[in-house]
Amino acid sequence: MASPTAIDADDAALVARLRAGDDAAYEHVVRAYSGRLLAVTRRILGTEEDARDSVQDAFLNAFKSLDRFEGNAKLSTWLHRIAVNAALMKLRRRKRKPEQSIEAMLPSFLDDGHHEERFASWDEPVDKALERAETREIVRKKIEELPDSYRTVLVLRDIEGLDTEEAAKMLGLSPNAAKIRLHRARQALRTLLSPHFRSKAS
Amino acid sequence: MKCRELAEFLMDYVSGDLPEEARAHFEMHLSRCHNCHEYLEQYESTIKAGKIACDDDHALPGDVPEDLVKAILEARKR
Repeated sequence: MASPTAIDADDAALVARLRAGDDAAYEHVVRAYSGRLLAVTRRILGTEEDARDSVQDAFLNAFKSLDRFEGNAKLSTWLHRIAVNAALMKLRRRKRKPEQSIEAMLPSFLDDGHHEERFASWDEPVDKALERAETREIVRKKIEELPDSYRTVLVLRDIEGLDTEEAAKMLGLSPNAAKIRLHRARQALRTLLSPHFRSKAS
Repeated sequence: MKCRELAEFLMDYVSGDLPEEARAHFEMHLSRCHNCHEYLEQYESTIKAGKIACDDDHALPGDVPEDLVKAILEARKR
């Protein structure tokens, strides 16, 4: 229990310096967290420019609401949540592009209810394959290829770790609609990843 | 239960939300259908792959976008 308390004490001291308008503290916070927050907004938005704008929005929002930062919270968690919200806000405001259909990425079935495809096994366990940086990069790219409305729910649920209710609320969906979309997003991502994980022998 | 239904119930099965009776049917099908077994494994692997690939401590250690840092600090002063 000692170390989280120590971290929170550091956060509290840092926030106190921010509240006092200490420029060095602002620079420290922006430098320490911008890379990480950029990774978060990139995942939600899928485009670099929007992702950067959202990180900027997130920091400015956070700095304006320092009064609302509670002493028992972690600064990283608080900033992370603000960045997710900023990215979702951007996504809603963004001009809606006609979305690519997800149907082609879902499994198809024969009339008798069997899968059309025979699934060739992925020989290497994913945790092993993902020890390689290039494989992690492929997975991130494939997530970005998912249509917006599917990518966002997958990111909030499977990566940010929100529960169905929270994710649905943030996306303005019913919990049931969010569940259906998550399932489709996972199935589509499986289809996109499959050629990269399939046994080299097949 | 057909492969088509199994694919629909996959998410509830993985999260442990499938009611007992449906779960029994699901597992019965799974024990006899290699293709669905494979599909389930890949579905679970996909979830895991996303988590690992996007683990930020893993992904971008110390990658500071300098121009963005500058832009944010300047915007704050405005």
